[in-house]
Amino acid sequence: MEKLTRVSTISGRTMFCHLDAPANAISVCRDATQVVVAGRNIFKIYGLEEDGFVERLNLRVGRKPSLNFSCADVMWHQMEENLLATAATNGAVVTWNLARPCRNKQEQLFTEHKRTVNKVCFHPTEVNMLLSGSQDGFMKCFDLRKKESVSTFSGQSESVRDVQFSIKDYFTFAASFENGNVQLWDIRRPDRYERMFTAHTGPVFCCDWHPEDRGWLATGGRDKMVKVWDMSTSRVKEIYCVQTIASVARVKWRPERRYHLATCSMMVDHNIYVWDVRRPFIPFATFEEHKDVTTGIVWRHQHDPYFLLSGSKDSTLYQHMFKDASRPVDRANPEGLCFGLFGDLAFAAKESLMSAPPSVGDVGRKTYPGGDRRYPIFFFKKPDVTEQFEQVSSALSVFESEAGSSVGMDWFINTAQSYLLSGKPFGELCEHNAQVAKRLNRPQESTTWTMLRIMFSEPANPSLSSNHNLNKSGNLPLVNRKLKEWIKDVFLCAENEETEGSEGQAEYLFGDAELDDDDLYSMEHDNQAEEPEYLLPQEAFPLRHEIIDHPSAPEPVQERPESPHVSGSETESTCLTSTESFSLISVSQLLFSPHLPPKFFCPIVKEMLCYYAEQGDVQMAVSVLIVLGDRIRKEIDELTQEHWYMSYIDLLQRFELWNVSNEVIKLSTCGAIMCLNQTSTTLHINCSNCKRPMSNKGWICDRCHQCASVCAVCHHVVKGLFVWCQGCSHGGHLEHVMEWLKHSKHCPAGCGHLCEYT
Amino acid sequence: MDMRDAAGRWDALGSRDSSSRHAAMELIHQEVMKRIETMGPIPDPQSSSPPAMDDSLSSDLNALLAHVLMLSKRCPYEDIRKKCTCLLQKVQDVGVRIPRPVGNGPSRFIPEKEILQVSKLDKRIQSIFEDAFAVLGRLDNISLVMGFHPQYLENFLKTQHYLLQMDGPLSLHCRHYIGIMAAARHQCTYLVNLHVNDFLQVGGDPKWLNGLEEAPQKLQALGELNKILAHRPWLLTKEHIERLLKAEEHSWSLAELIHVVVLLTLYHSLASFTFGCGINPDIHTDGGHTFRPPSLSGYCACDIANGNGALEEMFGNQQVSELSGEVEVLMEKMKQLQECHDEEEASQEEMATRFEREKTESMLVVTSEDEECVPSRDVSRHFEDPSYGYKDFYRRGEHVPTLRVQDYSWEDHGFSLVNRLYPDFGQLLDEKFQIAYNLTYNTMATHQGVDTSMLRRAIWNYIHCMFGIRYDDYDYGEINQLLDRGFKVYIKTMVRTPEKITKRMYDSFWRQFKHSEKVHVNLLLMEARMQAELLYALRAITRYMT
Repeated sequence: MEKLTRVSTISGRTMFCHLDAPANAISVCRDATQVVVAGRNIFKIYGLEEDGFVERLNLRVGRKPSLNFSCADVMWHQMEENLLATAATNGAVVTWNLARPCRNKQEQLFTEHKRTVNKVCFHPTEVNMLLSGSQDGFMKCFDLRKKESVSTFSGQSESVRDVQFSIKDYFTFAASFENGNVQLWDIRRPDRYERMFTAHTGPVFCCDWHPEDRGWLATGGRDKMVKVWDMSTSRVKEIYCVQTIASVARVKWRPERRYHLATCSMMVDHNIYVWDVRRPFIPFATFEEHKDVTTGIVWRHQHDPYFLLSGSKDSTLYQHMFKDASRPVDRANPEGLCFGLFGDLAFAAKESLMSAPPSVGDVGRKTYPGGDRRYPIFFFKKPDVTEQFEQVSSALSVFESEAGSSVGMDWFINTAQSYLLSGKPFGELCEHNAQVAKRLNRPQESTTWTMLRIMFSEPANPSLSSNHNLNKSGNLPLVNRKLKEWIKDVFLCAENEETEGSEGQAEYLFGDAELDDDDLYSMEHDNQAEEPEYLLPQEAFPLRHEIIDHPSAPEPVQERPESPHVSGSETESTCLTSTESFSLISVSQLLFSPHLPPKFFCPIVKEMLCYYAEQGDVQMAVSVLIVLGDRIRKEIDELTQEHWYMSYIDLLQRFELWNVSNEVIKLSTCGAIMCLNQTSTTLHINCSNCKRPMSNKGWICDRCHQCASVCAVCHHVVKGLFVWCQGCSHGGHLEHVMEWLKHSKHCPAGCGHLCEYT
Repeated sequence: MDMRDAAGRWDALGSRDSSSRHAAMELIHQEVMKRIETMGPIPDPQSSSPPAMDDSLSSDLNALLAHVLMLSKRCPYEDIRKKCTCLLQKVQDVGVRIPRPVGNGPSRFIPEKEILQVSKLDKRIQSIFEDAFAVLGRLDNISLVMGFHPQYLENFLKTQHYLLQMDGPLSLHCRHYIGIMAAARHQCTYLVNLHVNDFLQVGGDPKWLNGLEEAPQKLQALGELNKILAHRPWLLTKEHIERLLKAEEHSWSLAELIHVVVLLTLYHSLASFTFGCGINPDIHTDGGHTFRPPSLSGYCACDIANGNGALEEMFGNQQVSELSGEVEVLMEKMKQLQECHDEEEASQEEMATRFEREKTESMLVVTSEDEECVPSRDVSRHFEDPSYGYKDFYRRGEHVPTLRVQDYSWEDHGFSLVNRLYPDFGQLLDEKFQIAYNLTYNTMATHQGVDTSMLRRAIWNYIHCMFGIRYDDYDYGEINQLLDRGFKVYIKTMVRTPEKITKRMYDSFWRQFKHSEKVHVNLLLMEARMQAELLYALRAITRYMT
């Protein structure tokens, strides 16, 4: 009855007041009318009025500032409304009695701790019992009627971060430690703890007993987790876990709401979150008022879930109304949409929305109702007052793309696998790729490759090949025809490009050809001698480079009189080329125009690459980039290149085309990309004998002094391809294990493990 | 010789597989011999001037030989050491001059025989060294000196490996360059040389080494941060951080910045350690070896300075006998402090004054013996404003503001920030700090079973005090009791101006303590300094973020 009247008297609104200094901790008195704020430079009591905070009392009195006032924690006694206790940063535990007549309300001073005291806690029902936990690793229990502690509990030299008396069990208290442990103690037995378990990695900053559920303890740690433990059974069990975004400084159960708790963080994040532990992904409510980290939170009244008080480093004290809290759920997007790798589309939304006419282009549509299996469980529960959630059931639809439709990505995989990026002379690469594109029914790409070949390959190569033909077959007309075709091609291409330099192009090609013939005759002979080897890039690339490296070629005018002479003495084919070129030049009527270097095409090619990248065909852009190599690289700025590479590699990896992606990485010239396959190359392995990690490099495990990589089938040491099971660490020669697992499911080592080979 | 090729050759020596080591050694052998042959006929030993024509060739060979010499002394594998010695012998027999190490041992301050011999290692340290050798291809003198404390060394190497070689936001050569910048701030030639080599090996642009002006603007922007962190970290504000993070195309990302800050602080404090222990140049680097034949006078001078001469030892013994009792006095004091802790409770303002007193006192000039030596051009080019140092401001009596550790501590705040932006690294640093802080063998000089936690805490807190970091729960009077003047001078010099440490200073504190204990102190100093700098840097970043 009394409880009810109390609750009904509380009213108020979201309000705040400025403090003079940052707060470290706050605490309310039992009837929720006053709040005490403690910090390094502040120790005040405020009254909670209808329309604001009113300063009631300043407890920092006296001229000399004392470190005893520098509080790390404060607690208001819940039985005796004049009694307060503070934990000082210098290691003192101080109690204060507001009923003292003089200005100095300090009652008792315990200086037994050697280091900072992190936490003080009054016993919930025993008036004179006070507990403290300190950095020095000790917890002390004080009887306020005595001048010294009555018992000391040692946490084995680890700093104590929080101590909390159990609300339901008279003798029990929990302590959380900097090393991640939580200990349960019986107040009567200071010699050793009753229970200990590791709750977090890194310090456990706070813990809080559930006000109603006996044995439920919430802990928060530096590892950004809030965990709820059930201690009522013989084994401590983690029953809920909430992952927050920053280390958890305080945790407080919400009164009257069984599954709710409030948390605040120690670093970076200033908000206060109220979580429903059963729904750990989105906070139930958020208070976003503070501008610096929140240091203390407390529910205003132990039976009222609607008011939360908080103090912060930004020197403000807030009263938050629950109805004013922001609800992240409302802002969460209720629909989800995702594209699958192969052009499939998945869409999830509230069922009510999904019941709309399901006819819109449903190509092979499959619907999976109730995507998440857990919600229906709540749904059938008896309606609960504390349950404030809108019941939502969602439907998930998957739209599968038709095989072979334009959305499909088969062409991507095929192309990636069939394109050749290196290992052959430039012209052949282009030709090959053009054919791949043609086969896959992508004429535009195919044409692009062909044109690239024409633009950038020096006539040396085609003329070389024609020379070969000639030398082998001696068939002049054939060569002639070939050349003519080729020339036609060039013109065609020039027309397509619609550039003004079309004639110049032809001119260039032939001028260059002569030059090559002059310069490279000896080489040509070499190549003829070892034709098969010509295909190897080692041979081909230097050759081409040499040609490219003649930008300052002599003027054709000077060259021409000589060339027939030289070439004529060599082979007929050159003669042919020369005469052909003469005739063509006369057609083009640009006899003395300067050379047109391959650079001429770069702007066009660059534009084209950007076009492909824009179109989403980053594959084309990167492939061309790699194949063209130095010819184009300098034209495109590093960042764009890197961006293309990254996107392409990402795509390849999604399609699990690991080999192609690695090839691309290897062939790239961006520093940032090249180092991609040089990181994370460490492979951690276990010894197959003793099953412990191999720290050694080499064959011998340093623990059991046996060779670790023995083939389980033939019992020889494996050097070369070694395959092993990740489950039992046994393995052997690739072919042996493959053979073995064809007719047996068990591990060849006889360990009984069912190895899987995929 | 192609740089990468050479690196590959040395790398194989780090393999634990002895046959692949043999193969690698064989290659090196051939290489050396080939070079000697290409050098042409061995010049007549009488003619003192070698033919000038193959200067580069011979310097190449010399570098090679120096590396072999280093291996013959420092390689953790015995077979390699033997082979290298043989090889050198052989080379000498052919008539080529071979190098010999300058100075003895890894440290100028610590006699070589006190330091772990690579040839006589216990299993654990052997394995640590092998790991380090496999990763770095060398065993630097710092590791050898730290070998006194294997537990720490293991962690130190792990952290360094992670910081310099593993995945991280910065590119490899940038990391080394930042290391160079930081070490250069303290004119630590040893670290600078070490990382210049590494920097070049990971493909850094040699132009950058001509000075900070040649480096990209992004790196240049770090000059200010480097300067402040090294000398007055408390002046770091969020504006500094903002300037680094918002510089358009030259701006740093937060994760990169954390990496930078960790690197800078590590190398500032490592410079302290290097000077504090008098680390000698590594044998294969410049100044670590000489091709001059040992002359009598040279021998004397350098060996006496090294404390290796017999004469010195005699003096040393004398001193020790005179000063016995120092340790006992210290232990007595510790005991007293422990006992009377409860009785004499100083008032709060007294405590505050004690802190302030220590702080101001720690600001005072410690050495007047040598005037500021202008840093050699060679090293100072890696940072700007070489004159900016401690001297500037403590003469002006600058007040160091106090940072209460309860407001910003490593455990609560710093760790979370580092781990948030540079995953896993917070954990590594946390372990490193803890190992350094908690390391003890419960010995003091010749006494066993002593609880040294009080002394360690005093040293740690004294260093933090110098940076204005205050622990509310510490009585700074204890510092005065436990740390005598000579020791304080040493600490102050080491933290503030490590380049001025002299052997005399090293010798004059804690005369009876073992060298391993002095190294332990150095480790404490290094970690405490690093944490202090890190706290200020992280606090500034936190302030920027909020």
